[in-house]
Amino acid sequence: MDILIDQFFNVAIMQKAFPLLLKGLWMTLQLCVAVILLGLVGGLFVALGNLSPRRWLRWPTIVYIDVFRALPPLVLLIFIYSGLPFAGINVSPFTAVVIAFLLNNSSYYAEVYRAGLISVAKGQWEAAASTGLSRSQSLVYVVLPQAVRNVLPDLLSNTVEVVKLTSLASVISLSELLYSADMARSVTYNASPLVLAALFYLVLLWPLVRLVSHFQRRLAA
Amino acid sequence: MAKRPMLEIAALEKRFGDNTILKQIDLKVAEGELVFVIGPSGSGKSTMLRCCNRLEQPTSGDIIVDGRNIMAGTSRDLAQMRLQIGMVFQGFHLYPHMNVLKNVTLAQRKALKRSKAEADVRAMDMLERVGLAHKADAYPSELSGGQQQRVAIARALALDPKIMLFDEPTSALDPELVGSVLKVMKDLKSKGMTMLVVSHEMGFARETADRVVFMDGGVIVEEGTPDEIFGAPKAERTRAFLSRVAG
Repeated sequence: MDILIDQFFNVAIMQKAFPLLLKGLWMTLQLCVAVILLGLVGGLFVALGNLSPRRWLRWPTIVYIDVFRALPPLVLLIFIYSGLPFAGINVSPFTAVVIAFLLNNSSYYAEVYRAGLISVAKGQWEAAASTGLSRSQSLVYVVLPQAVRNVLPDLLSNTVEVVKLTSLASVISLSELLYSADMARSVTYNASPLVLAALFYLVLLWPLVRLVSHFQRRLAA
Repeated sequence: MAKRPMLEIAALEKRFGDNTILKQIDLKVAEGELVFVIGPSGSGKSTMLRCCNRLEQPTSGDIIVDGRNIMAGTSRDLAQMRLQIGMVFQGFHLYPHMNVLKNVTLAQRKALKRSKAEADVRAMDMLERVGLAHKADAYPSELSGGQQQRVAIARALALDPKIMLFDEPTSALDPELVGSVLKVMKDLKSKGMTMLVVSHEMGFARETADRVVFMDGGVIVEEGTPDEIFGAPKAERTRAFLSRVAG
C-alpha cells in the first residue's frame, strides 16, 4: 500500500513537479484556444459550403469533411511535423499541432453545424428574407443563433474531444501538459506527476462534461 | 377611382421540371385595394403569392411593384425591394430566440438601418396597432397563435411596405383566434394599405375585399367583385368550388 502511495500519490514529488506541469497546462490551454476558436470558425464555413446549392462549393467540402474525419489525427500531425520537411516545409511543433487538429476538428464541427443549420425551419430563412435581410444577415441574426442552440451539447462534446486531443502533441515533443508530466516522471522516476496531470485534465474537463449533460437534459425536456 | 397599380403581375409562369404550377398569370392590384385570392389547394395561389417577393423564383414573367420590376436587378436590389413588400405567413415564422420587440426591430435596424431608438418607437407604434404593445418583452412561445400572427403583421408593417401579402394568415389558427387577426387586417385595409390575400375566409372576403380572384389549376379562372364571384359566379369551376366550400 505504501509503495502504491509513494509511486502514484507522492505529494512531495507532485509539489516539485507542479511548476513544470503548470507550464505544460498553460501550453495546453493555448493550444486549446487556438484549435477551438479556429475550428469553430473554420467548421462554420465548411458547413456553409456543404449546404450551398453551388456544386463547386459543395463538393470540396464533402471531400474535406470525409477525408479529415477518416484520417487519424496522429497520422496527420506526424505527417505535417515530420513529413512536410521532406518537401522543404518546416513548421514549429505548435503550428503543426494547430494545423493538424484544426483540419480534423473543423470537419467534426462542420458536421455539427450542418445538423444545426438544417434543424432550423425553412420558414425562418423566408421570414428574414421577406423583411429585406440579406442571406448573410439572415444567417447571422436569425438562423445561426437557433442552429447553435439546437446543437450546443454536440458542439461542447466536440470541444471536450479537442481538449483531449491536444495531449497527442506530446509525441512531437511539444511541452504541453502530458509531455511535461512525462518529463517529470522520467526525471523523478515516479508516476505521481502523471497522476497530477490526469487531475489537471479532470479539473479542466469535468465542468465541460457536466455542462454537456445539463444542456442535453434541458434540450430533452 | 382609377388608381395606379401598386402590384402588377404580368405573364407569370412557374414550372417545376415538366410540372407547370402557374400559367400566364396576369393580375393588377391598385393602390389601397384588397384583392382576395381563393381556390382549391394545389391551385397555385400560394405559389403565385410567393412569386411576388421572389421567395419562389418565377420561371418567367414580370412582377412590378410600384413601377419597379423585381425580376430585374441584383440580390441587393431584391432585398431592397422586399422591404416594400410585407409578407405574412401561415406559420407566423417569428424568431423564437428574440422577444417581440426584437422581432419587430431586427429588419428595421439591419435592412433599413434605422437607429435603435427610431426602430423601437416604430415597433411600439405597430405593436400598439395590432393590440400587443403590452407583449413587447414576451417571447413568441409565450403567445397564442393569434398573437404571434399579429406580431408577424407588426413586423412586416414596421418596414413601411407599399403592399402586404398574406399567405393563408389564419389557416393555422384555432377558430376562436381567427377574429383577432382578421380585425387587424380589416383595420389595415381601412387605413389604405394595398393587400393581396390568399385565404379561405370567405366571409371576410365578402365583407372587405374589393376584388376576388378564383384560381384553379395554375390559372386565374375568373375575377370580379365579391358580389359577382360569390353571388353569380360565371365559370362552372368557380361554382363547383364555392358550393363545396359553402357546403
